[in-house]
Amino acid sequence: MSHHYLLPDISQPGKIGCSLPELDVAPAELPAGELLRREVGLPEVSEVELVRYFTALSKLNYGVDTGFYPLGSCTMKYNPKLHEDIVKLPGLASIHPYQPVESVQGALQLMFELQEYLAEITGMSATSLAPMAGAQGELTGILMVKAYHQNRGDKARRKILVPDSAHGTNPATSVMCGFETNAVPSDENGNLDFKSLESMMNEEVAGLTLTLPNTLGLFDPQILEISRLVHERGGLLIGDGANLNSVLGKVKFGELGVDCVQLNLHKTFSTPHGGGGPGSGPVCVQASLADFLPSPLVIKNGKGYTFTSPAKSIGRLGAAYGNFGVMVKAYAYIRSLGAEGLREVSENAVLNANYLKEKLKAYYHLPYDRTCMHEVVFSGKKQKEKGVKTLDIAKRLLDYGFHPPTVYFPLVVDEALMIEPTETESKATLDAYIDTMKEIAREAEEDPEILHTAPHNTPVRRLDEVKAAREPDLRWELGK
Amino acid sequence: MPSPYLANNDADRQAMLRDIGVSSVEELFKDVPEKYRNANFKLPSPLSELELKEEMRQLSNRNANLEDYTCFLGAGYYRHFIPSVVGHITGRSEFYTAYTPYQAEVSQGTLQTIYEYQSLVCQLTGMEVSNAGMYDGSTAAAEAALMAWRITRKGKIAALSTVSPRYLRVIETYVSGHSIPLEKVEPNLDGLSADCACLVVQQPNFFGYFEDMAAYAQKAHGAGALLVAIVDPVSLGMFKSPADYGADIIVAEGQALGNPTSFGGPGLGIFTCRKDYLRQMPGRIVGKTVDVDGKPGYVLTMATREQHIRRERATSNICTNEALVALATAVYLATLGKEGLRQVAELCYHKAHYAASAIAKLEGYSLVFQQPFFEEFVVRCPVAPSQISDVLFKEGIIGGLDISDMIDNGMLFCVTEVNTKSEIDRLVEILGKFRGIKK
Repeated sequence: MSHHYLLPDISQPGKIGCSLPELDVAPAELPAGELLRREVGLPEVSEVELVRYFTALSKLNYGVDTGFYPLGSCTMKYNPKLHEDIVKLPGLASIHPYQPVESVQGALQLMFELQEYLAEITGMSATSLAPMAGAQGELTGILMVKAYHQNRGDKARRKILVPDSAHGTNPATSVMCGFETNAVPSDENGNLDFKSLESMMNEEVAGLTLTLPNTLGLFDPQILEISRLVHERGGLLIGDGANLNSVLGKVKFGELGVDCVQLNLHKTFSTPHGGGGPGSGPVCVQASLADFLPSPLVIKNGKGYTFTSPAKSIGRLGAAYGNFGVMVKAYAYIRSLGAEGLREVSENAVLNANYLKEKLKAYYHLPYDRTCMHEVVFSGKKQKEKGVKTLDIAKRLLDYGFHPPTVYFPLVVDEALMIEPTETESKATLDAYIDTMKEIAREAEEDPEILHTAPHNTPVRRLDEVKAAREPDLRWELGK
Repeated sequence: MPSPYLANNDADRQAMLRDIGVSSVEELFKDVPEKYRNANFKLPSPLSELELKEEMRQLSNRNANLEDYTCFLGAGYYRHFIPSVVGHITGRSEFYTAYTPYQAEVSQGTLQTIYEYQSLVCQLTGMEVSNAGMYDGSTAAAEAALMAWRITRKGKIAALSTVSPRYLRVIETYVSGHSIPLEKVEPNLDGLSADCACLVVQQPNFFGYFEDMAAYAQKAHGAGALLVAIVDPVSLGMFKSPADYGADIIVAEGQALGNPTSFGGPGLGIFTCRKDYLRQMPGRIVGKTVDVDGKPGYVLTMATREQHIRRERATSNICTNEALVALATAVYLATLGKEGLRQVAELCYHKAHYAASAIAKLEGYSLVFQQPFFEEFVVRCPVAPSQISDVLFKEGIIGGLDISDMIDNGMLFCVTEVNTKSEIDRLVEILGKFRGIKK
């Protein structure tokens, strides 16, 4: 049931989707005509037609509420419905960021307590909630690292080391902050190649970005040696908390020597992804970096809660205080689970991933056969030998009603299939998925054509991405 | 008590551990150095759904909300009427529980709505292309400055002093990474120096009034710089867009289009530009194409600009954006449509002018600027604005923004279609009580 029409196709003059009040004051004189616009080229559609159009579109989507969504590195866990209700409370949804602080003490209390909870969860001394997504949290971290070295009068550190398994945001962020990046290779066990790190970590390096556990879903057992080496050579250890779901309530990054880490509230703290956002990417830091945090922070004083700006702040990251609506959901999540509940999250996430790993490793090549954390990365190598690509496997999963895993990432694994089941999935769901993956492995051997042509029963089939990029059609124009 | 968010019971867990071949979950954490494996966490005790709901209700009640209070505060975040349709569409979990639409075959809902969003926003700003959105208006402005810097390869960013001070600070943070200087210029500038990558302007500006876009476009282009304009999207319902004067990049805070103020976030950074600069744009872009059967469909496209493909050579590090807010914005624009948005803009315009002229007639009050304005205006008050705010608040009114740090006793008021005549009259009445009080 693909939808071949767009808003202009159902637009007709004289229709509108809502009613508006009459003007209740005397009209003012209009300004000079040259300032005024003749008309706005927006469609005209009735309410019922709009609702049916967007409802039909929603049905073309697959969400966590639809089914299993084991997208590696994305932590697509179930999102509590309670969160959707509380975020609409008038005192949380309908408050203005520039209201007097005395009139928003509840909001500031929530932010203050969330700052404290996240600092406790990461084992750090201070938190900024300002970053609006993980990548902006990374930007915050790298800008703080830059400010930290400059403040010490050390101007020679112009490089950031980034593991070759890292997310693309890590190198992209470093470059946005004016650094050069060097890729540190992984070793044969999927850990950071320590010898390479030793040779690369010099007085030109401001820091090492490290996803914990790494994007292969593996916890690097050399973490303490890595942290010691980076610090001995004058650098900082910049954690990427994208994979916190594996050690939530178990391990404190700060105790491992991480200097700053960004979290993804929209992953770990169960706020839905919204088809790509909004997110929230708080940054937690050791005391040595606290003065550089972005402005503002929430503090508590004798009169209640208020905003303050750290002494050597890197500046502002947005016109307000970050994505408050996402903070509300993360706050509710932490309050509903407590320390014990958070620990159960990571334990169940890790258990689910290892179960999948054990059950599927006879069917798909497992490049690093060791205990994994919250996700497992397979390679489609075996199937590739039969002419079946990882992309074909992913598309075939759609036919069976599952969302595919993340594919072709991390880059260090050939034909990567990165599966993150999360803690909210049942054994029954995992078993159904395992059976399907086995069936697909069988099809790859016996009937590869069915994989090459998959998916067969989705609203649309494989789309021509080359055409999309070469002949950009990025919008409609009304009347054309 | 078992957590409702976990779907396995103890029997499931035992069976899984057996199949994995370990005796406890603890063994699965063996790669974590033992000493740090089970840290102690001091967090409040867990709450049941019922208790938590009540606790959140109490927190909410400690805030003065804009449904109970009358609001005349704007300055970048605006309270406008949100038709019920918007929340019902964004409340469909097929939309809000989906990830970024990387698997196009099962994400056509998200992809097609983004295509609608890109189209609607282009129609509104009058620009040729739009991305799928940035974090907020200020980061969109900052990314626009960086984009101009990449396009022109010039070393400096110029911005008008009439741009929102918070936006200027965000731009400053973003350009600091490359040590690019941000130079603030006055509205009466003669021209721009040749080393400027762009001129950043705001229309209407932070103080609410319209500036001469044609003159700025001429000055920017004369110096080989791009014109980056920040707009109030609702004003475009009746006023010309800077696109009509040759702006190269137009950005806006999209919150006003169908979204609650939500203490300033989530918002939406609208980002549109001329087609020539498409490949330098930051962020995601959706394009229309066909599937193997020739059926039309939508995909994320031009990904070679983005971090997950281009890594250190990406146009930006942005990944997660504000997709659900962009959906709300698209639904809002479609719901109001051509006539609705004009009506909303006109209601704001007339009510704001009604309020401004009534306040200006009060003894001791005056309008600071005489230029045409839309829904915001600066009043010089007879006493410190903070003093007025306190009294207004006791009367159930959230007053304008205190900008006495920029303009002596200045208060920036905002009036939108949600403010009734009686609310405005009440505001004017209370303001009138300050007459005769010495500064």
